[in-house]
Amino acid sequence: MARLLLILTLLIASLPAAAQQADAPIQQLLQEHAGQLAKPSRTKVAPTIDAIAGSGLPEAQTVLRKWQDKELWQNTETGLFIWAEEIDRDTIRGFDFAGDTALGELPDDAFEQSKPNSGVRKMIGAALVKFQLTAEDVATRRTAIDNIERDAEASHLAPLREAIETETSPTLKARAERLERLLTIRFGETEEERIAAIEGFQGDLGVDLRGALNPLVTTRLEAAEVTPDGPEVARVLKPGSEALPREDAYDLLVSEGIAKPRISRADKAAALVANIDGEAVAGIQVATLDTEDARDMAYAKLAEQGTVDPVATEPEIDETLGEYAFYEVFTGAPPAVALAAMDALNGIETRVAVNQAADLALDAISLGSIYFLAAIGLAITFGVMGVINMAHGEFIMMGAYTGFVVQQIIPDQTLSVILAIPLAFAVTFAAGVAMERLVIRWLYHRPLETLLATFGISIALQQIAKNIFGTQARPLTAPGWLDGSLVFNDIVSISYIRIAIFVLALLFLALFLLVMNRTRLGLEVRAVTQNPRMAASMGINPDRINMLTFGFGSGIAGIAGVAIGLYAKVTSEMGADYIVQSFMTVVVGGVGNIWGTLLGATLVGSLQKGIEWLNPSNTLAAQTYMILFIILFIQFRPRGIIALKGRAAEA
Amino acid sequence: MIKKLLSTAAVLTALSAPAFAQDCPIKVGVLHSLSGTMAISETTLKDTMEMLIEQQNEKGGVLGCELEAVVVDPASDWPLFAEKARELLTVHEVDVIFGNWTSVSRKSVLPVIEELNGLLFYPVQYEGEESSKNVFYTGAAPNQQAIPATDYFLEELGVESFALLGTDYVYPRTTNNILESYLKSKGIADEDIFVNYTPFGHSDWSKIVSDVVALGAGGKQVGVISTINGDANVGFYKELAAQGVSADDIPVVAFSVGEEELSGLDTSNLVGHLAAWNYFQSADTDANAEWIEAWKARMGDDRVTNDPMEAHYIGFNMWVNAVEEAGTTEVDAVREAMYGQEFPNLTGGTAVMLPNHHLAKPVLIGEIQADGQFDIISQTEEVPGDAWTDYLPESAVLKSDWQELQCGMYNTETETCVQIKSNY
Amino acid sequence: MTDSTLSGASPRQPLVLRFPAILIFMACLALFTVGVTILSEGFGIGLISTSFVKTLGKTLCLCLVALAMDLVWGYCGILSLGHMAFFGLGGYAIGMWLMYERTRLIVVESMSAQALPPTPEQISDGIASQIFGVVGASEFPPIWAVAHSLPLQLAAVVLVPGLLALVFGWFAFRSRVTGVYLSILTQAMTLALALYLFQNDSGLRGNNGLSGLQNLPGLGNVPQSVVSVWFLWASALALALGFWLATWVVSGKFGSVLRGIRDDEARVRFLGYPVESYKLFVFTLSAVIAGIAGALYYPQAGIINPAELAPIASIYLAVWVAIGGRGRLYGAVIGAAFVSLLSTWFTGGQAPDIVLGNWRIQWVDWWTVLLGVSFVAVTLFAPKGIGGLFDLLADRLTPNRHGADLGPDQGALREKEASE
Repeated sequence: MARLLLILTLLIASLPAAAQQADAPIQQLLQEHAGQLAKPSRTKVAPTIDAIAGSGLPEAQTVLRKWQDKELWQNTETGLFIWAEEIDRDTIRGFDFAGDTALGELPDDAFEQSKPNSGVRKMIGAALVKFQLTAEDVATRRTAIDNIERDAEASHLAPLREAIETETSPTLKARAERLERLLTIRFGETEEERIAAIEGFQGDLGVDLRGALNPLVTTRLEAAEVTPDGPEVARVLKPGSEALPREDAYDLLVSEGIAKPRISRADKAAALVANIDGEAVAGIQVATLDTEDARDMAYAKLAEQGTVDPVATEPEIDETLGEYAFYEVFTGAPPAVALAAMDALNGIETRVAVNQAADLALDAISLGSIYFLAAIGLAITFGVMGVINMAHGEFIMMGAYTGFVVQQIIPDQTLSVILAIPLAFAVTFAAGVAMERLVIRWLYHRPLETLLATFGISIALQQIAKNIFGTQARPLTAPGWLDGSLVFNDIVSISYIRIAIFVLALLFLALFLLVMNRTRLGLEVRAVTQNPRMAASMGINPDRINMLTFGFGSGIAGIAGVAIGLYAKVTSEMGADYIVQSFMTVVVGGVGNIWGTLLGATLVGSLQKGIEWLNPSNTLAAQTYMILFIILFIQFRPRGIIALKGRAAEA
Repeated sequence: MIKKLLSTAAVLTALSAPAFAQDCPIKVGVLHSLSGTMAISETTLKDTMEMLIEQQNEKGGVLGCELEAVVVDPASDWPLFAEKARELLTVHEVDVIFGNWTSVSRKSVLPVIEELNGLLFYPVQYEGEESSKNVFYTGAAPNQQAIPATDYFLEELGVESFALLGTDYVYPRTTNNILESYLKSKGIADEDIFVNYTPFGHSDWSKIVSDVVALGAGGKQVGVISTINGDANVGFYKELAAQGVSADDIPVVAFSVGEEELSGLDTSNLVGHLAAWNYFQSADTDANAEWIEAWKARMGDDRVTNDPMEAHYIGFNMWVNAVEEAGTTEVDAVREAMYGQEFPNLTGGTAVMLPNHHLAKPVLIGEIQADGQFDIISQTEEVPGDAWTDYLPESAVLKSDWQELQCGMYNTETETCVQIKSNY
Repeated sequence: MTDSTLSGASPRQPLVLRFPAILIFMACLALFTVGVTILSEGFGIGLISTSFVKTLGKTLCLCLVALAMDLVWGYCGILSLGHMAFFGLGGYAIGMWLMYERTRLIVVESMSAQALPPTPEQISDGIASQIFGVVGASEFPPIWAVAHSLPLQLAAVVLVPGLLALVFGWFAFRSRVTGVYLSILTQAMTLALALYLFQNDSGLRGNNGLSGLQNLPGLGNVPQSVVSVWFLWASALALALGFWLATWVVSGKFGSVLRGIRDDEARVRFLGYPVESYKLFVFTLSAVIAGIAGALYYPQAGIINPAELAPIASIYLAVWVAIGGRGRLYGAVIGAAFVSLLSTWFTGGQAPDIVLGNWRIQWVDWWTVLLGVSFVAVTLFAPKGIGGLFDLLADRLTPNRHGADLGPDQGALREKEASE
């Protein structure tokens, strides 16, 4: 009741202000197109947009802009249109188009919002172009260029050319000029103009250029008794070749009504059924028709009797095909333009391939660096100490969740990531030390039992993470300055977050080398690894060293977790995703050698990308084949790429 | 004379049935994973069922009986689903089961439900190609989600070049198969359809997204139809954002991303991408407002509602009405009473249960907004669910009609029932 | 008593007399089987539900695969973290026939109503579209070539896991991959296999796997309550035979060599034994046993899918054997039965929640944690597992008056030195 009263008061309050100019020319125009304005559909909305854009009314631009921004509302009773901002779920603040007068706050129950979909919005954008191209404001002009890029029309060419003359911003001018040439390729009036534009793009790789050229070279397959001798023939095809299988060629003739159809098994069976006469078809017992051959025979007999249409036999098909020539004709553009486009595309193709290879290499390096990052902690605990830690993946996960928790507390993304890294190190370092103290030190000479015990820890940690954080993936959002990617051209690009991971991997490599080769800790670690008793008698405490080394390895895994969480996702199972790969990386590279781990990671990363490239529709297969390859690889180089030799190998 | 006597007896039994035959309380089995990988999605549905049962009991139960929920946990373990279903039907003797999420778990339960003549309500959008006598499918069939969304792409967004990206399991495989042949029937050429499958939880999306962007070289509007499941979406949308692919350049429509999934994502970069469902939380009706209010009051303010929840809402209410109508919870009687049951949707309009055990429901398409909700930009009339798709040659000849034909897999060409049990 | 299981008495006596443990074990098993049958719904008074009979039958199969695991790990020192791959392959092999035959009967039945008798092509197409229709394909992949033949698929139950083990083992043992490396390699093997099967292109219905396996073709009218007891019998029989076979293998000279390899491989090699062949034989044998166990397990579970081959399953297998006590066959059986039944109980939601003030500990959530932690505890504090309790008992009954026992059995718990 109170709500009703409120609405009533609101209605009364808004009544004086709602004295909308129902007879203003813009409103009348809108009323003419009320249907499409209220519920636009891309296939039918064009006349409406054209009418508004071409009306010459001063408000036309506002109408289109508000409509595009989903701010156009229609009064359900009067049918009048206003534009309005949403205040909350139930109220809007309305304005009249005529004179842009405020109508005050209105309840939204009385209005219906028009929601143009993105297809319609694109069309509105295209219509707005002519208003925006010469706007004062650079941002508006940029929007106009964006709009043309998305949905170019032939009518844009002229205003665009005019706008280039007056454009002041150099970057925008460059874009506009490029766009002008692309539009010329597509919509240019004369062939010479278009060919010139195509040739002007020598050496360009852009997706937009290829997008403009490819439609020009579309062809259609045709058949005739003699190949016509004109420039429109793109190429002549032979039936039975790879480009034109026999069936396709024959089907073309059938579809043009030139040749007799072939018959499918089901149709043949249906024809036989239709002609069953008692127990037999064409004198053949029905019960014997349980093979295709028998059915063929029966059908042939029926055809002889003339009850069904004869079907084409193989020799007949060959004969018919021999009588016709098959060729493709250009349909996308006049032949001269199409040929020029084809030349240009051929030139682009090889360079695209080279660039794709480069992009693939970048991806492979990036994946390799992710694997390296995941494996480097393991290279310390397993490679240096010889301790199998199956809970390594869970340290990665702990690091990632630490990052997540920090981000919950500190909303600033840059600061939180900077804080998360040392915190993740601290958390996993502590966890590693605890694990070493409590479990691993008791099992130093029983590697298989270490493996099993750490598995137990891994299972428990995973489940605990699930219990605390749930099974759903948690977001770890990268700071804004890591958004986007480094673009070399339209093919080669790499996201900044991957570059950051690559850099981090290099930093870790340097850190590892520094610690191992330049610090006292490293010296002691190496001493303890090679001969714990001797080291102990030199005054090194092996227990302490083992503990610190293990903590160090675990801590690095924690930092890797933050990085991996930033690039992918944080789940309780993320560690398990990386553990087998990490072990593979260390084993393939050669245990006990950081360079080996680096090589191993690169090998595993490039291998996976390479297989993915060979079999693009299935990423799962790539992982299977990669593991198979590694299993085989270990058969032939059991000690990895870089095998330790001599006394170190015994350690 | 005998006939008359018999019919009188039948009438008598029918009359007395509600009074005597009904064992109280009526047990409702809830077969959703409460642990394991699917727990996140399915626990919500368990809570939904408990809320619905509570609400019904406040209204006085069914047939004068209290409803009692029997909740078991199949722990996202597919064989365990079959075991738990058997336990529900034989040990707890439930009258109906509401449950399952993944297709494979449904396939695991099917033989048991059919053997013991149970009744299952399955609330999730699925790949179709199935119609069991003992299952009511309250989620969307492909023609209630995938096909309308593709039509939207074709007609409203003018997409001419399609990338079908999916996780490698049965729902995306079948859906993409159907879509591929549908697109071809709409004149889209082979080379304009790019299909890719990735494993569950896939995270390395850079190459696939680059491949999709490269489709633009054909000079046609590119659109992505995503059947990517669960966690993998996080990496996928992150990569889209990183490569600067906006919804205006390459729109993505997802069939497995709803309010619940978006709550794990930063949606500011995803504004404008699409999802197709039969329900969105943002639907502006009174019934929906009430539903959301009840849900939030029970579960907390930050919880969202989603499509499978609405499916359970409709399914449960239809079952209650069917039981009232049949006067018993006996499975075959309830099944007969289910056909033609109507119940108002939360999004407006009315859902109808068809003889092929699917619902007629409206299809909604929403654009992702910055607050993690969907802006509904298209809502169709009720679309009748189709068990067997019309766009695959093997299935086009099949139809399901449990009312007239008593068959879920009826070959209209040979006019025979291929099998009474379902294919699992 | 337990010691006699392994060290053996006079070699001339029949195996059963030398190892009374076999008799005891078989008697227990027989008693158990008969007891369950009497209590079952299918043949008895119906005190045990059919689903629990199935659980018990499946548990027996798990005991069998644990036995196989103990053979390679407890007696030969090969910690295989991929044994469930063999188990799963056995299940797939039998599942293919079950599925093919069941579908064939349905298709033939439905086509018999047609006007024309069906052609072989039609039947084959019909089966294919039924089986693969749900995963969006309609043609038979080559891997199904012999699915129509029960004998051939039964042979596959033994041959496929056996061959995989033979090839894998040959590569691995030949290049002297041992210890943790071998464990990780076996884990990689099962991961690769699981990922392969996850693909739809593998032809085994990808993530969906093979389902409806509990419905035996041609026996549609037999209720599951009866079928479940049949399978219980078959599983018990297989377990009994497996136990007998395993005891025979680890007894006598062959067994001694095996334990020698476990305790010090290099020494055995220097003594002139072909260590690789011994290992290969045991590895393959145990894979075959695992395959048979799988073939009995999955028709009871009703569905097999690639998740069953995931590395974690094999790790659980190692957990069972370790908790039961490795290096003793009955230990593996007890461990598998104990832990898997406990697991079913805890995850089934039957276990009561523990309430600690505001906290409510649900076993569904915390059982895995408990399992993981208890695993660490067993490794650290009770390396002999549950079997160790029997030792305590046996020692109490017949105190050891022969001084320190340096027999091969004790060596099991002294792993090779890590420095090797």
